[in-house]
Amino acid sequence: MSRITVSIPRDSAARALGADDTAAALVVEAARRGLAIDVRRTSSRGLFWLEPLLEVHTPAGRLAYGPVQAADVPALLDAGALQGAPHALGHGRVELIPFLARQRREVFARAGLTDPLSLADHEAHGGWAGLRAALAMDGADVVEQVLASGLRGRGGAAFPAGIKWRTVRGAAGARKHVVCNADEGDSGTFSDRMLMEGDPYALLEGMAIAGLAVGAAEGWIYVRSEYPDALAVLQEAIARATAAGWLGDSVAGSGRAFHVHLRQAAGSYVCGEETALLESLEGRRGIVRAKPPLPAVAGLFGEPTLVHNVITLASVPAVLAQGAAAHAALGTGRSRGTLPFQLAGNIRHGGLVELPFGHTLRELVFDFGGGTRSGRPVKAIQVGGPLGSYVAERHWDVPLDYEAYTAIGATVGHGGIVVHDDTARMDRLARYAMAFCAAESCGKCTPCRIGSTRGVEVIDRLVAGENRPQQLQLLRDLCDTMTHGSLCPMGGMTPNPVLSALEQHPGDFGLPAT
Amino acid sequence: MPSGAYAGPAAEAERAGRVRALAQPHVAERGGLLPALHAVQDALGFVADADVAVLAEAFNLSRAEVHGVVTYYHHFRRQPAGRRVLQLCRAEACQACGGDELAAAAERALGCAPGQTRADGAATLEAVYCLGLCASAPAARLDGRLHARLTPERLQALLAAPGGRP
Repeated sequence: MSRITVSIPRDSAARALGADDTAAALVVEAARRGLAIDVRRTSSRGLFWLEPLLEVHTPAGRLAYGPVQAADVPALLDAGALQGAPHALGHGRVELIPFLARQRREVFARAGLTDPLSLADHEAHGGWAGLRAALAMDGADVVEQVLASGLRGRGGAAFPAGIKWRTVRGAAGARKHVVCNADEGDSGTFSDRMLMEGDPYALLEGMAIAGLAVGAAEGWIYVRSEYPDALAVLQEAIARATAAGWLGDSVAGSGRAFHVHLRQAAGSYVCGEETALLESLEGRRGIVRAKPPLPAVAGLFGEPTLVHNVITLASVPAVLAQGAAAHAALGTGRSRGTLPFQLAGNIRHGGLVELPFGHTLRELVFDFGGGTRSGRPVKAIQVGGPLGSYVAERHWDVPLDYEAYTAIGATVGHGGIVVHDDTARMDRLARYAMAFCAAESCGKCTPCRIGSTRGVEVIDRLVAGENRPQQLQLLRDLCDTMTHGSLCPMGGMTPNPVLSALEQHPGDFGLPAT
Repeated sequence: MPSGAYAGPAAEAERAGRVRALAQPHVAERGGLLPALHAVQDALGFVADADVAVLAEAFNLSRAEVHGVVTYYHHFRRQPAGRRVLQLCRAEACQACGGDELAAAAERALGCAPGQTRADGAATLEAVYCLGLCASAPAARLDGRLHARLTPERLQALLAAPGGRP
C-alpha cells in the first residue's frame, strides 16, 4: 500500500490549538492500523477557526479536515479520512474553501504549502527568483522597479518604499543597514508572525534584495520577545541560508556581502516606532528620536538605514520576479498590490485574508469572517491596531485603501481588524487605549507621557458623571493636544480609538445619544 | 530561602562571574547590551540589582545607564519568577472574547494578582499585550507553551495537568 502524506501546520497558533498533539496522535493511530503515513509540518493557511487543520494529499487534491484535536483522530481514521472519505470535520479540497478561494495570495503564496525551513521547498515554490533577478540588474534599476511597483510600507505608515530605497542608496556612508521591523505589537495583527514562522526565506530574500540595491551589507531583524517561535525559525533560516550561500560574504556567488543579524526585542510597544527601534538595537532604552534626520540618512549607529516592516520586505521578491507592473496592476488608487488583512477578536472565521486593496470592511467581517463568533450583533470594529479608529457602520462599505480610510478619519495600518460584539463597553475600551498609552509611552514628549494619564482620569470622571460637559470638553482638548503635539504616533494616534468610541457610542460614557 | 534573597558572598561572587561570562560574547557587539541582558535572564532567570553593576563594568557604562535599560523593558524580570508562569494576553482581541472572565479565573486559580509572584514562589501571573494569536482569542502562555481559544474551564484543566496546581 502506498504511503499517505498528511500536512499539519507548525505555526504557533496551530500549535496553541493542539497541532502537535494531533500530529503525534496521527502517527500513533496510523501505525496501529498498519497505515504508512508521512506527516509534513508546514506553514499555516491562516484559516485559524479550522486549526489544527489536516490536509490529506490524495489524487483528487488536498482534502481538508479541521479542527482536528488529538481525540478526534481515531474516529477520523476509522471513517477513512486518510483515503479521502467524507467526515463531519471534512471540508473538501482546501483550495476550494470559500474563505481561501476568494483570496489573492501573493505575499502568502506559499502559506500551507511548504516546510518553512526547507530550502528545497522554497526554491520549488518560486523562491530566490526575485533575488536572482535583482543580482542581474544594477542596484539603481532595482530601486526603480520597487518605485514603479507602487509598493508602500506595510507597517502602517504606508510611505512609498521606493522613495526610501532611493534616499538610502543616495546617502553618503561607508556602512549602511537594512532593518526589518518585526516588533508586531498591535493587538489583532499576526501576519508578520505567520510570515516569519511560515516563510522565513521570503523575508531574508527581500532583505538581501534591499541590501544589494541600496548598498547595505548589514541586515537586522528586530523580533518581539513575545514571538519565540518566530525567533527560533529565523535563527535556523539565517544559518541555513548562509550555509547555502544565499547570505554572507558573497550573496549567491555575486561577490557582494549581506549579513543578517537577529535581535530579540524586550517587550516595549513603542519600539515598533522606527526610531525607538533603532535606539533599542543600539542597546539603549527605546526612546523615540526627533526627525529629522531621517533614518534613511542617519539611522542605526548614525548610518544610513532602510527600515521596513516584515510584510513590506517579504513583498519585494515577487516585485522583482514578476515585474513591477504585476504588482502595480493590483489594488486601487494609490494603494497598489495586496494587503494581508487579519480577522481577529470576536469573529467566527478568524484568520488571514490577503486581498488587493479596495475591498470593504463589510466584505471582510461578514463575507469572509462570518460575523461574530458569539453570534451576537457586531458593536464595534477597530481597524489598524490599538491606535486605529473604531470604524462606524456607515463606513463599512468604504474601500479599504490608505487614502479612502484617511478621508474618514481611520487608518488601514497593518491590516488588523478586531471585532467586538454588543457586550463590549466602549468606555472601557477607550479607557484601555489611554491606559495602554500611559504604560507604553517612552516618556520623551509631554502630550503622550502626561496626556495619556490625564486621559484615563478624565474618562473615569466622565463615566462617573462628574460635571460631564466640562469633562467632555477636557477630553476633546486633551485629544487635540495629543494628536497634534506628540512626537510619534503612540501619543498622536491614541485619540483615534478614544474619540471614535465616544462618537459612536456616547451612551456607554453616560452621555445622551447624538 | 527564596532564590532572590542574599545568599552570601561566595554565591554573590559566583553569580557575578556567570554574569560576566554571559555578557562577554556581546561586549564587542554593536548595541550588545540587550543581547547580554537576554543572555543573563535566559540563564539565571532574572536580572538582579547586583548584575547591573557587573554589566555596567563589562560594557563600560554607568550603572544608571544599565539600570535605565533594564527597567525600561517589560521583558526583563528584577525578581525570580514563580515555578509556574502564566502570561495572559489582555489586549483588545482577547478582551473581545471573554478575556476579562479568563483573567479573573486565572487570579482565583493561581491565588495571585496580575504582575505578582505568589509569596511562596509557586506561581507568577503576568499580563502580556499580544501573543499574535488574535484570531483564536483569548490566548495565554503557560510555562512557555501557548494556548488559544481558552475558557476558564480549559485554563483550570491546564493548571491541574502536569506541573500541578500551585
